[in-house]
Amino acid sequence: MPSPEVLGWLRQRFFPHIWCPGCGHGIIMHALLRALVDLEKKKEKTVIASGIGCSSRMPGYIDACTMHTTHGRSLAFATGVKLANPELTVIDVMGDGDCTAIGGNHFIHACRRNIDITAVIMNNNIYGMTGGQASPTTPVGAYATTAPYGVLDVPFDICKLAVGAGASYVARATIAHPLLVEKYIKTAISKKGFAVVEVMTHCHTQFGRKNKRPRPIDNINFFKDNSIMYNKAATMPPEQLEGKIVIGEFANVELPEYVEQYLNLIERVGGNS
Amino acid sequence: MPEIRFWQGNTAVAMGAIAAGCRFFGGYPITPSSEIAEIMAVELPKVGGKFIQMEDEIGSIAAVIGASIAGYKAMTATSGPGFSLKQENIGFAYMTEVPIVVVNVMRGGPSTGLPTKVSQQDVMQARWGTHGDHETIALAPASVQECYELTIDAFNLSERFRQPVILLSDEVVGHMREKVVIPEGESIPIVNRKKPKVKPEDYIPYKPDPEDDIPPMASFGDGYRWHVTGLTHNEWGFPTNDPDVTESKIWRLVRKVDRFKGEIVKCDTYETQDADMIVVAYGSVSRTALSAVREARSKGLKVGFFRPITLWPFPVDELKVLLDGVKAVLVPELNCGQMVLEVQRAVEGRAKVFGKGLVNGDLFRPSEIFEFIKEVA
Repeated sequence: MPSPEVLGWLRQRFFPHIWCPGCGHGIIMHALLRALVDLEKKKEKTVIASGIGCSSRMPGYIDACTMHTTHGRSLAFATGVKLANPELTVIDVMGDGDCTAIGGNHFIHACRRNIDITAVIMNNNIYGMTGGQASPTTPVGAYATTAPYGVLDVPFDICKLAVGAGASYVARATIAHPLLVEKYIKTAISKKGFAVVEVMTHCHTQFGRKNKRPRPIDNINFFKDNSIMYNKAATMPPEQLEGKIVIGEFANVELPEYVEQYLNLIERVGGNS
Repeated sequence: MPEIRFWQGNTAVAMGAIAAGCRFFGGYPITPSSEIAEIMAVELPKVGGKFIQMEDEIGSIAAVIGASIAGYKAMTATSGPGFSLKQENIGFAYMTEVPIVVVNVMRGGPSTGLPTKVSQQDVMQARWGTHGDHETIALAPASVQECYELTIDAFNLSERFRQPVILLSDEVVGHMREKVVIPEGESIPIVNRKKPKVKPEDYIPYKPDPEDDIPPMASFGDGYRWHVTGLTHNEWGFPTNDPDVTESKIWRLVRKVDRFKGEIVKCDTYETQDADMIVVAYGSVSRTALSAVREARSKGLKVGFFRPITLWPFPVDELKVLLDGVKAVLVPELNCGQMVLEVQRAVEGRAKVFGKGLVNGDLFRPSEIFEFIKEVA
């Protein structure tokens, strides 16, 4: 059961939520709320943004300043909020299609700009809400309603993409490791700069049914059996990592943060006087 | 003492925005509007404001909407292709009732078209470009002075009505240089969005004020917690499929502007009292048209001139009252016939309406409009 402090962050009057029974998104929301409680964040000073999709319905259930924007664009909206009011803690929750397909450009540029926003990406390898179409993270050969003969195109590795684009914190966990999810989200929110936490989750309804993981537990077992910590993976040959999920921290570096630099610029040109 | 400046239209838009209280600009380079972004990049930090060049047109309007939700007056500027790209998020701002100003310095289209040449091909896109119903407020400056003043008006209207306001400039108005008289700061009327007066726990974010159908707007960070969504929502801002709630929300979006049309609409007239013909023209074309009307008057033709300054809402009543004794209404415009349709709607068959379109990237010459007048006469 969630703690009373966590329950205090929920807009329970807007329940029931839209997620299927057994969906992994609730595990991620719980980890996020535990992180916010632990960090003693104020609801009035916390912004949760999202785009479109099942995962993007999360902000509606959180009793903070919440913003359910257009498909793929939430990081650009969040950028406007953060630059306008730097004292706000800004968290952007996205799905894999939202973040890396239609929103891919905003994602890499938010990484590059290193703006102080935390991106939580719920990667279930599918477009769930619209009926199980292939996303940029659907594995090669997996089945989807728009890939009836198996996916041909190679998926993104979201963490590697974020590291390459310049994010200052990048980590991955799975819903089978909820404490790790909480820990990484906490580190990400505390990080001054753009921080990415990719959480592998499942859509048993749309992905699992077509790919031999039809029950929620099949997916949790899959994550448990196939996750390898980053440090261990670094010692393994690529062929042994085939089909595995590397979890852990991919980057944790100090880089100049965008809003801070802009505030310095304002001071330099005398804008505060 | 008012200050005098010699400015380009795009400069006047940027400076007008700052005078109106704009402190956030999200932009993306595009001809012929880029000067607005460049000037905002220089000037905004000097007044403590924020400029950001986003990764694309869609991102720039998204950042602007985000900044407005966080309490800033915010603007973006673009031209045809960028205006197309922004349409979805313009609709988001209508639905979520977030005030923003969007400048479209019109160039030739469709598609990439004529990046450096003038057109008026986006006037219907300004009205109906985004999907779904809403009322549009769009202003068309015809001089550099008006670029300054109408940008201030655009902010005031967006703040008052909690919705996007479109400034429909064009390449000629945006790039020409003229004298601008800057009014003294305190004489510039400034409207700020209505803030909630209730305590945060009593705040119902989309509960309209019965006075004007417009809900007071809190900002993220000022102590109120609320939900913003582009889904059809109830007064709490939460998604709903309820037919009654949906019906009432969408009609209110239209009504909140419609019922104040009389206060929003602006137009300009010349020599209409005894006219048997009226030339209707807007933006850069209105300058050529006025010159042609003067020429026609000097030749004894009874021609009047009508210039909608607000293209949307179109000044229907203001045109109608001029129609006694008028046999013909002429609408020259830099497209294949767009506002002429709205003029026909306003005239309701009381006079013959003639359109004349030009899409070669140039302005009409005064002689061409004079010839048009003579043909119809």
